Formats: sequence, structure tokens, C-alpha cells
Amino acid sequence: MALTNETIKERLIAKFGDQLSHFEEPYGMLTFEAPKELNLKVMQFLYDDAELQFRFLTDLTAVHYPDQKGRELAIVYHLHNLADNIRLRFKVFTAIEQPDIFTATQLYSSANWMERETYDFFGIHFVGHPNLKRILNVDEMEYFPMRKEFPLEDQTRIDKDDAMFGRTALEGPSRREAPQT
Amino acid sequence: MARPVRFNIHPIQADIKENISLANAPEGYTGEGFFTTQLSSVVGLARKNSLWPLPFATSCCGIEFMAVMASHYDLARFGAERLAFSPRQCDLLMVMGTIAKKMGPILKQVYLQMAEPRWVMAVGACAASGGIFDTYSVLQGIDQVIPVDVYVPGCPPRPEGILDGFMRIQDLVGAESVRRRNGEEYKALLHGYGIQ
Repeated sequence: MALTNETIKERLIAKFGDQLSHFEEPYGMLTFEAPKELNLKVMQFLYDDAELQFRFLTDLTAVHYPDQKGRELAIVYHLHNLADNIRLRFKVFTAIEQPDIFTATQLYSSANWMERETYDFFGIHFVGHPNLKRILNVDEMEYFPMRKEFPLEDQTRIDKDDAMFGRTALEGPSRREAPQT
Repeated sequence: MARPVRFNIHPIQADIKENISLANAPEGYTGEGFFTTQLSSVVGLARKNSLWPLPFATSCCGIEFMAVMASHYDLARFGAERLAFSPRQCDLLMVMGTIAKKMGPILKQVYLQMAEPRWVMAVGACAASGGIFDTYSVLQGIDQVIPVDVYVPGCPPRPEGILDGFMRIQDLVGAESVRRRNGEEYKALLHGYGIQ
């Protein structure tokens, strides 16, 4: 019998009970949420199980929801079962004041650079990561660019014409002071 | 039934006899067995017709540069036959493409390894000013890290635009004084960039 989303969901609920929540299937991909202390246990279970065999970490990224207090940062894992060609997504939420998540590098080597990228852009601290430092941005950068509170544009420019960008005279980058970069 | 061809039906035959350009000798006094002129004119003439570029091609403008190097737009007829990929052996640094802030120090290192006289051409909007990428990661113009001689605007510039930029570099090279690189103004310019 082929592995289906229902089977995976039943096995997960049998193992973890009601700790997992928000089961959905957008576009056919099973998606669920786990508490952040369980992320390694869930991934280890999905890896080791002979029937489930989710042995490939496709992607590891994060999303910043500034309006959900207490659950601002979502870390998203995309797993793939290569034998049966089934994909899975699971999310872990954390508060922005203490964004500590256990690292997945012991289980998946590809998580090493993906976690570095997630740290670089969202500031999530992966506990136990061998080399957690910035990977794509300059090392001296003090902020985390993909969080919603940081501006998209480079703040050192003073020559942008606000009228061309649809900004009124009361706001716009030319009126802000250039921060330290 | 196929439509009749409407365009390019009277192509101009290429005429090799009318289209050879010669580099003219600079003005000077001629006599029996001697010719006097300014040293800078002769040196400039030699340098401008044999510039060896270093293509620092990072993105789309690099593709346009490949078109310039190919036979249709041919950069080799300007003397830039040999592209040096080593900064030690080149005269002209052509920066073509988006330079990220993380790449800035590397670009400066490449510039420092070039020997005098050296010129820099910023090709495309991203190299000139950051282009459309006004973000946290893109250097807003390479003139924040190295001095630039010619900016070629465009996104990407047409190959004819890059050739026009190259010809302006040639004008600069041909007209340069032999003492320019030792003068105070040049030293102040490099000092402004933190280059001794």
C-alpha cells in the first residue's frame, strides 16, 4: 500500500498525540505544527521509521510574523521521502525575545548552511550549531534584514527623489539619518 | 503562404576598403631622420590602442560584454585582444554587474593588485550606482570602494554602449599627462579611498 498523507498523519498522532496541531494540506502537501522543544524528536521519528523514511531535508527557513505576539518567528522545515516521493512541511514557532531552537545538523548535514542563513536573516539562534555565523551578509551587519521591522532600502543614500517613489515630503529615506553600517 | 520579407532586404555590402581606420601620428616637428613630439602623445597613443581589460563580470552586464567580445561587436579591433584575468597583467578594470557589499573588499583587493597606470570602467547601472537593487546587500556604486574613470549607464547597456565607454577610456588614456600618477591630486584621490 502506498504511503499517503493520512497514513503519515495517523502515525504522527499515534506517536506524539495532541502535541502536534494545525494539520493542513495546502496544494496536497501535509503541513503541521509542533512545539519547539520537539522539533528534533519529530524529525528523528520521521527519519528512523521504516515506513515513513523522511530522509531528505529540502529546505529550512523562517518567517517573521510581527503581529502574532509570543509566536513571531516560524521556522519551517521541508522534508522529503525520496523512496515514495512524498513531501512534508512542519513548522515550529518561537517568540522573538528568545529565539532558541535545537539544531538539526546532527541529523541532516545540509541543515548546517541553511541554519546559518536563517540566523543571518532572522536572528534565530540554533542551539548546538557548530559554526553559527553569518553566511551571506557582511559579518559586521548588526541587524537581521528579513525581519519586517528593517527597511528594504539601503539607508546611506541621500539622493533619492521622493516624488518619484510615491513618498510624500514628510517621510522617506532622505529624511532619515544614515545608520551605522 | 509565407509572408513576404519586409526588412533587411537591401543589406549594405561591407566595404573593407573604406572602413580601415589608422591611428594617426601625433603632431610634431619632422625632419631628416627625426620626429619630435610630446612624450605623452606617443605614450598615450601606444597605450590607448593596446589596452588589456580585466573583465570583472558578475552578472547580466557580463553577458553583454561577452557579446562585445564576440565577432559581431568585436572589442579586439580596439586593441583589447587579450583579456587578462589577472590584475597584474591588465590596464583596465571593467566592472560589469552587481557588486554586493560582501564583494566590495574583494573588488578593492583586485584594484590594489593592478599596476599603474590603471583605469576603471563601471559598466551598467548596478556598478555605477547600485542600479535597481537599492537594498541592504548591494553596494550602491563601486565608486564607494574604488575610483572610477568612466561610467556606462544601461541595464544592461547595449554592446555599442560598452564600446562607446571603451572609446572614452581611450580618449582619457590618450590625453593623460605622464606626470599625472605622481601628482598631488591623484595621491589625494587615492587617499580618499584609503589607498596609499
